[in-house]
Amino acid sequence: MKNRINKLLSNKPKDILSVYYTAGFPTLNDTGTIAESLAAAGADIIEIGIPYSDPVADGPTIQASNTVALKNGMRLSTLIGQVKEIRKKVDIPIILMGYINPVLQYGIDKFAADASAAGVDGVILPDMPMDEYIENYKELFDLVNLSNTFLISPTTSEERVRKIDAVSDGFIYAVSASSITGAKGKFDKQQLDYFRRIKNMNLKNPYLIGFGISNHETFNTASSYGAGAIVGSAFVELLKNAKHLETDITTFVKSLRNNNV
Amino acid sequence: MKFTVDEKGYYGRFGGAFIPEMLYPNVEELRANYLQIITDPGYQRDFHKLLRDYAGRPTPLYLAKRLSERHHATIYLKREDLCHTGSHKINNTIGQILLAQRLGKQKIIAETGAGQHGVATATVCALMGMECIVYMGKVDMERQRPNVERMRILGATVVPALSGSMTLKDATNEAMRHWINHPTETHYIIGSVVGPHPYPDMVARFQSIISDEIKRQLVDEIGNPAPDYVFACVGGGSNAAGAFYNFLDDEHVNLVAVEAAGKGLSSGESAATTALGKPGVLHGSKTILMQTDDGQVVEPHSVSAGLDYPGIGPMHAHLFDVGRVHFVSATDDEALKAGIDLSRAEGIIPALESAHAIAALNQFEFESDDVVVINLSGRGDKDLETYIRWGKY
Repeated sequence: MKNRINKLLSNKPKDILSVYYTAGFPTLNDTGTIAESLAAAGADIIEIGIPYSDPVADGPTIQASNTVALKNGMRLSTLIGQVKEIRKKVDIPIILMGYINPVLQYGIDKFAADASAAGVDGVILPDMPMDEYIENYKELFDLVNLSNTFLISPTTSEERVRKIDAVSDGFIYAVSASSITGAKGKFDKQQLDYFRRIKNMNLKNPYLIGFGISNHETFNTASSYGAGAIVGSAFVELLKNAKHLETDITTFVKSLRNNNV
Repeated sequence: MKFTVDEKGYYGRFGGAFIPEMLYPNVEELRANYLQIITDPGYQRDFHKLLRDYAGRPTPLYLAKRLSERHHATIYLKREDLCHTGSHKINNTIGQILLAQRLGKQKIIAETGAGQHGVATATVCALMGMECIVYMGKVDMERQRPNVERMRILGATVVPALSGSMTLKDATNEAMRHWINHPTETHYIIGSVVGPHPYPDMVARFQSIISDEIKRQLVDEIGNPAPDYVFACVGGGSNAAGAFYNFLDDEHVNLVAVEAAGKGLSSGESAATTALGKPGVLHGSKTILMQTDDGQVVEPHSVSAGLDYPGIGPMHAHLFDVGRVHFVSATDDEALKAGIDLSRAEGIIPALESAHAIAALNQFEFESDDVVVINLSGRGDKDLETYIRWGKY
């Protein structure tokens, strides 16, 4: 059985825009408004962050949004309830991204079952080791048709990229640089060489490029190598300063897709 | 029963390497090389020479007569407080800097809470002429001003951790972020038996010199390498790992780990991880940590900055799990009082961390022929401000 992620990737091989934001930020109940606005504005995938007290792979922007979201009272169980509501209006793929500890405390079996029932299509848990996934999680996730996305970085060896490709079902998240999350201006030659190297590996899974995507130029460059790109910190920054969520989100998504806005 | 790490990096159900992919190559490089490097005879020669000539090892095993009389047992203090830089932390930083050199690294990063590990790291970096950046919570920098300046005098850059609660766990997060951003030329010297595999095993091996010496010294003292008890305080657990290491397989030796109860176990301001925590993942390994039911890490409290950590190393989580180590706790007040008592009875002002181990003696009834070793992990100079503020002496 194919989930929404698989369907999207087989119908749309290029220019996929996946947008990350932290659940419960800027306020607890914005999670739904933001999801609906993103879908209406033409985003292809929604990645909702599960807030965590110690997000080691994240830069200052996303760290701060996690702190605010936790203060707002966001918890994993609340988020799953919000996704259930979002699913009444939004039909594009929804991915939950977060750190493994809140998921472990929720209970991995219960998490897989509840997330899938609420309409979640995939999960990204950057600090879950691949071997751990294969041994203890894959079967559970497969059973409820939940995709798991792994990260690769410029320092990931070719052998390991191949191994990750073999256990992935959906897409691979190619981190654009050896860095934590955060918006940057543009890509340098080293990064472009790395995108080319991954492209030439002809992996079975498509890959989306994330970390450092903040504008039309970086989105376009990323899309010209991979199947598309993931925007996180730049969008969270926008949410922090948004005057009117719906219109600001529409403008943001259009500006990524099209230089002339 | 096996107490050391298995080939997958686990101690029973604890351990592993729960790290983002961006850190995988760094940690894998260490994992693939550490055993071969640190067991190499040339490395061992350099390590032991520095421990002797630079750190001042072996540290004495001192028969504390008046403490013994008070507790009706034979009590020895393992004097790690006499190490260069004032605590056992130097054993590990010497071990890791020699390893970093052999891995061809040019830069060193570290995290620190009270500043003891930061000072020990800045010290070996000065010794080896390597660039050193130490992450320290902003709150801890204010609490531990002299240690910040000690690191700066030694040539290190001290970077305030401004995220979260701005204490040790946040300094550790910041050091990990730095390592993600600078993966190739930098080695991260973790100061305790925490972090992703192979750190807990590596740090425990470097600290195991403590129990190695205790055994040899006890043979000279009492004609028997095995005491009846070994006491050590536990924050992350590096001095306890070192003091227990060579006794783990001898089940006749009672091993006692003393956690910081802070203002009391039920006060909401405590750092007694095994009493208050649950299994989960913190700083790259599966272990026991203090957390909410939603899996958010809870801010601990202890008067001793070195014990003010919401987790324990995975090796200790396993030793607790299988009952090999007996875990108890001492409050801030009990530790402060024990620190003053030791000062008066033996002329030794202990670090507040080590004072917790002394305080726990009151919870035991010893047989008159019992031999007890307390790992006196650090000296109290750094804690004078806290003793003075407490004032009851």
